[in-house]
Amino acid sequence: MKKNFLEKFMAIVFFISATASIISVILICVFMFTGGIPALREIGLFNFIFGRKWSPSNVPPSFGIFPMILGSIYVTLGAIIIGVPIGVLTAIFLSKFCPRKIYRYIKPAVNLMAGIPSIVYGFFGMVVLVPFISNVFGGNGNSILTASILLGIMILPTIIGLSESAINSVQKSYYEGAIALGASHETAVMFTVVPAAKSGILASIVLGIGRAIGETMAVVMVAGNQARMPNGILRGIRTLTANIVMEMGYAADLHREALIATGVVLFVFILLINGIFLILKRRMN
Amino acid sequence: MNKYTKIIKGFVILSAILTFSVLLILIGYILIKGIPHMDTSLFALEFSTENLSLFPAIITTLMMIFLSLLIACPLGVFTGFYLVEYAKSGNKVVEIIRLTTETLSGIPSIVYGLFGLLFFVTALGWSFSLIAGAFTLSIMILPLIIRSTEEVLIAVPNSLREASFGLGAGKLRTIFRIVLPSAMPGILTGIILAIGRIVGETAALIYTAGTVPQIPDNLFSSGRTLAIHMYVLSSEGLYTNKAYATAVILLLVVIGINGLSSYVAKRFSKENVNG
Repeated sequence: MKKNFLEKFMAIVFFISATASIISVILICVFMFTGGIPALREIGLFNFIFGRKWSPSNVPPSFGIFPMILGSIYVTLGAIIIGVPIGVLTAIFLSKFCPRKIYRYIKPAVNLMAGIPSIVYGFFGMVVLVPFISNVFGGNGNSILTASILLGIMILPTIIGLSESAINSVQKSYYEGAIALGASHETAVMFTVVPAAKSGILASIVLGIGRAIGETMAVVMVAGNQARMPNGILRGIRTLTANIVMEMGYAADLHREALIATGVVLFVFILLINGIFLILKRRMN
Repeated sequence: MNKYTKIIKGFVILSAILTFSVLLILIGYILIKGIPHMDTSLFALEFSTENLSLFPAIITTLMMIFLSLLIACPLGVFTGFYLVEYAKSGNKVVEIIRLTTETLSGIPSIVYGLFGLLFFVTALGWSFSLIAGAFTLSIMILPLIIRSTEEVLIAVPNSLREASFGLGAGKLRTIFRIVLPSAMPGILTGIILAIGRIVGETAALIYTAGTVPQIPDNLFSSGRTLAIHMYVLSSEGLYTNKAYATAVILLLVVIGINGLSSYVAKRFSKENVNG
C-alpha cells in the first residue's frame, strides 16, 4: 500500500518537474511583454522601431531603436558572410576529408571553441582584433567589421557541429552513385552529398544567426556602441543587445522601460529565428 | 575536372586550417600574455582595490555552480524521466515540453538576464543576489540537462527495464536502481557542460547577481563570478593585465571542463560496447 503511494507520488513529482520548462517560457513571455508594453504605448510602436534617434537623456528624450536594429542586422550579416563559408567547408573537411588521426584532435578543438566564454572572445577581440583592424584599415578599430569578424569566429562551432552531422547523415548511396558515374571524391562530395544535406546546413546557418544576433558581451567590447545610424563598416555601431547591457545599470522610468522594450524586440527576432530553425530541423529529420 | 577537384580540396583544407589556427592563436595569445601576470596577490583571500583579488570571484563562481545545479538538476533529470519513462508516445504534453525546451535553448543570455531582473530581482524582491542569479542560470541550463538526460535514457536498452519488471521491481525502483546507474555517465556529461556555461556566463548575471567583488554572506547578497569580474576589469580599461590573468583562469577551467566531459563520454561509450 505504502509502496503504491510512493509510485503514484513520484509519478506526479516527475510530471510537475516536466512542466518547469513550460512554466519558464510562459513566465519569460509574460514578464518581457508586460515589462516592455508600457514603453511601446507611450513612445508608440512605429516611433520606437523606426525612430532614428536614441537620446534618452535629452529633453524631451527620444527613444528610436532603428539604428540598433540595423546595427544588429549588419553585424549578423557580416558574421554570416565570414562564418558560413569557413564553417561549412570545415564541416565538409571533418566529415569527408579528415584522416582519423587528425579528427581525434580537431573534433575536441571545435567543441572547445563552443565552450570558450563570450567574455574571453570579446577580450581577445579587444586586445587583438581592434588594434589589428585599426592598423590595417585605419579608424579606431571599434567597428562593424571587427564585430562581424569576431561574431563570425564565434558562430563557427555552431555551424560546424550541425552541418557536420547533417552531412554525415546523408545516405551513402548518394556518394556511391556519384563515384560509380565517374566523379572524383571531391566532386562527389561537393555536388551530391552536400546538396543533399542542405536543409541541415541551412538549419545550422539559422542557428548561427540566432547566436550572432543574441550575442552581447563580445559585441559590446569591440563594436564601439555609438547609438547612431550605421555609416560605413569601419565605423562603430550599437546592437540591440549592447543597448540593453550598457544602459540598464543606470536607467530609470521610461528609459528603463524602453530598454526592456528593446529586449522585447530582440526576443521577437529570436522567436522568429527559432521558429524557422525548428521548421528546418523537422524537415531534416 | 581535375582542376575543380584540386580547388575544392584546397578550399576545404584551407578552411579547416583557418578554423583551427584561430583557436590556437586565441588560446596561445591569452596564455602567453596572461601567465606572466599571474601572481599570488591575485589570489589574496580579501578583495581590495589594490590587489583586485580573484579569490572571492572564484568562491562566488563555485557557489553559483552549486546553487544553479541544485535547482536545475532535479528538474532536468526528472523531466527526462517523465519524457522517456512515463509519457505515452503521441502525448500532447510531451510535444509542448519539447517545443518549450527548444525555445529555451535558443534564447540569448541577455534576455535571460532581463527576465531575471524583472522577475527574480524586481517582482519577487530578491534584489541583486546570488539566488536571483542562480535561478536565472538554472532556467538557462535546464534544456541542456533535459536533452542529455533524455538522449541517454532512450539509449538504455529496454531489456534492462523488462528484466527488472520481470523480477518484480516497481517502476520507481527500476528507474532509480537499474536505469539511472547505466544512464549516469550521459547525464554527467550534460551536467559538466552546464557547469561550463555557468562559468562563462556574463550577460545573464550582470543584472541578476550583480557585481559586488566580495564573497556573498548569504543567498540574498550580491557577488560577482569570474566572468563578470573579467568583464568589469576589462571594461574599466585600467586593469588589462589583471583581465589577462583572469582570462587565463577562465580558459583553463573551460579546457578542463571540456576534457572532463569528453573523458566521461568516452568511458560511457566504452561501457556501452562491453555491456
